[in-house]
Amino acid sequence: MSITIGIPRSLYYYKFYPLWNTFFEELGAKVVVSDHTSKYILDQGVKSCVDEACLPVKIFHGHVLNLKDRVDCLFIPRFTSISKNEYICPKFGGLPDVVRNTLSGLPAVIDTEVNLRKSGKNALLAAYDAGKHFCADKRHIRKAFDKAVMCYRQYKKQLMDGKLPGDIFDKKAPKSKAHGAKPLNIAVIGHEYNLYDRYVNMNLLQKLKSSVANIITVDMLSEELINEKTRQLPKRMFWNFGRRAVGAALHLLERKDIDGVIFIMSFGCGVDSFVCDLVERRIRRESMIPFLVLTIDEHSGEAGMDTRLEAFIDMIRWRCSCENNLPAYG
Amino acid sequence: MKITFPHMGNTYICAKALLDDLGIEYLIPPFNSKKTLEIGTKYAPEFACLPLKINLGNFLQAYEMGADTILITGGCGPCRFGYYGEMHREILRDIGCEMDVITLEWPDKGAGEFLHRIRKLTGKLNPYRILKAVREAATTAMQADDLERLANRVRPRELQRGTTDRIYKAFLNLVKKADGSAGIKKLIRDTAGELLSIETDMDFRPLRVGIVGEIYSTIDPYTNLNISSRLGSMGIEADRRVTVSGWIIEHMIKKALRLPRDLSYADAAKPYLGAMIGGHAQETVGHTVMYARDGYDGVIQIYPLTCMPEIVAQSILPSVEKDFDIPVLTLIMDEMTGEAGYQTRLEAFGDLLKKRRERGVYGKTVALSGG
Ligand code: SF4
Ligand code: SF4
Repeated sequence: MSITIGIPRSLYYYKFYPLWNTFFEELGAKVVVSDHTSKYILDQGVKSCVDEACLPVKIFHGHVLNLKDRVDCLFIPRFTSISKNEYICPKFGGLPDVVRNTLSGLPAVIDTEVNLRKSGKNALLAAYDAGKHFCADKRHIRKAFDKAVMCYRQYKKQLMDGKLPGDIFDKKAPKSKAHGAKPLNIAVIGHEYNLYDRYVNMNLLQKLKSSVANIITVDMLSEELINEKTRQLPKRMFWNFGRRAVGAALHLLERKDIDGVIFIMSFGCGVDSFVCDLVERRIRRESMIPFLVLTIDEHSGEAGMDTRLEAFIDMIRWRCSCENNLPAYG
Repeated sequence: MKITFPHMGNTYICAKALLDDLGIEYLIPPFNSKKTLEIGTKYAPEFACLPLKINLGNFLQAYEMGADTILITGGCGPCRFGYYGEMHREILRDIGCEMDVITLEWPDKGAGEFLHRIRKLTGKLNPYRILKAVREAATTAMQADDLERLANRVRPRELQRGTTDRIYKAFLNLVKKADGSAGIKKLIRDTAGELLSIETDMDFRPLRVGIVGEIYSTIDPYTNLNISSRLGSMGIEADRRVTVSGWIIEHMIKKALRLPRDLSYADAAKPYLGAMIGGHAQETVGHTVMYARDGYDGVIQIYPLTCMPEIVAQSILPSVEKDFDIPVLTLIMDEMTGEAGYQTRLEAFGDLLKKRRERGVYGKTVALSGG
């Protein structure tokens, strides 16, 4: 009988699920993903974690609880780094330790370290380490990994083309309604797990789409575009998310077709506290693009967010119409 | 060029020794105070960690007094400290405060850039003199830390409450007027003599508490509301393994010279936290284990609100607490922390430790007589 491995639908699920899924399935494991984030999952997570933990980490715990009794093992890698000379966040580096010391009655935890800070080749080492639980043949693991990487590349390409993970994984792309108004281009910046978890962001992307906006995410911009901008920073940004977010912002503010930028910030997130501030400073200093910060925590109410979002969109529309009505010599 | 630097506990003593010996003009910002924090909070991002806000306050206060260049150390992640310099640069720029920021770290651009930064600081000084000054500054930092440790030993045992604090506080002010590493070291020796001559209760066996947590908030007395002194006056001896000199020697000098570092804390932390994740999380967990093994009565973890590595450590500490049966108290500091609530929590913790000790002694006597 094949081993079932549980993957929490949280944190880097949104970045790497196609890779992990293919990899483990190729090795003959049965992959089980936790349910979509819900109030129950969130509450369970909030209850088990220290108050000070950020919302995404709390939610992660909720997903682990959702899985723990129906799988043989859990995949909770130690993510130190996913890119050369860069880090993610101390909380990713300590994730398996935090989970193990917070929750009891867990099945086996596969806590392979992923550390690509020195070299991207270390990804294969991580694959061998995670794969050894399922298969003794290194060549076979290697093959599974290569295939997984292919799926991952394809996934990244789909994201770049503007597909959202929800549409890709759940295969039911909701159509946005045709509307009379001219669509706005709204860029949305935030951690994958805030941006793509519909429960967490209270359906933000869908709401934007139905107020006739084209959404631009950091995932839709190429690494070259981003790096070209971040190279101009006086000091290299050492968070993977931070580099991409700041680079994207610097790129966006030079584009003429961006009508607004929204930053989704996790309450209490250390990385966001700096990255959001840098992005905001640059955008305000060097452009006229409207900028909105939406902070989410376990208490944020949907009504409040909707109001702010509507006001933001209205303001942009109003601005657009004013600009259009200005006489050419004005 | 008039240099200034951020405060963190007694760091200014080491910085002063270095800059005096090099003959560089500088200005020590006023000691951390409510005012400093208010200024910093006003201009820093709302969710930035507390040390950034206080540092910013330091710079702006020093700027008013005529400083124009900031000297700080840096890093390359994963915690926020490594990006402090850039944040400061951006904030100062937006508020129109023209200060240059020199970050002492190994830059991405390599050795050339590093030498350029050193040159900017030292002008044409010869390398021998620079090395000598660095060595003297490091030993000054060690002696300043020893002095603080001595004060922490004497305080809970003093007969006249407040004597230690009076002497130590006078020292902190006098240092500012001392001349170079030599002058500072003499002052340290004199102060140590004074501390040693304080009348103490030699038989008193104080409760012992280890202080762990984020480096800034554990070291800086303004930030931790003078925890060692509060504990001391409750008759509790506070110890802290993370020190300014330790940081300079282990993190900067040994790393640069590739000397083997003391990693006993990492071994102690290993079963609970298997990797270096940034900040001082590994030290926090490791030192808690070590304090427990050394028979300390309790451990207090201190960190600034939203500090990422310490939240990881905090999530793990309950396991250490349980495995070693040692009480751990976590204190989280931000600009809203009130003194009254803080004191109450410390006193409750002190009472708990006292009761545990009494119970322990009682338990033993019963066992002996019942034997
Ligand atoms: S990056 Fe921010 S939101 Fe993500 S785990 Fe770290 S602190 Fe939490
Ligand atoms: S250790 Fe904590 S308080 Fe210090 S810079 Fe890092 S996140 Fe901020």
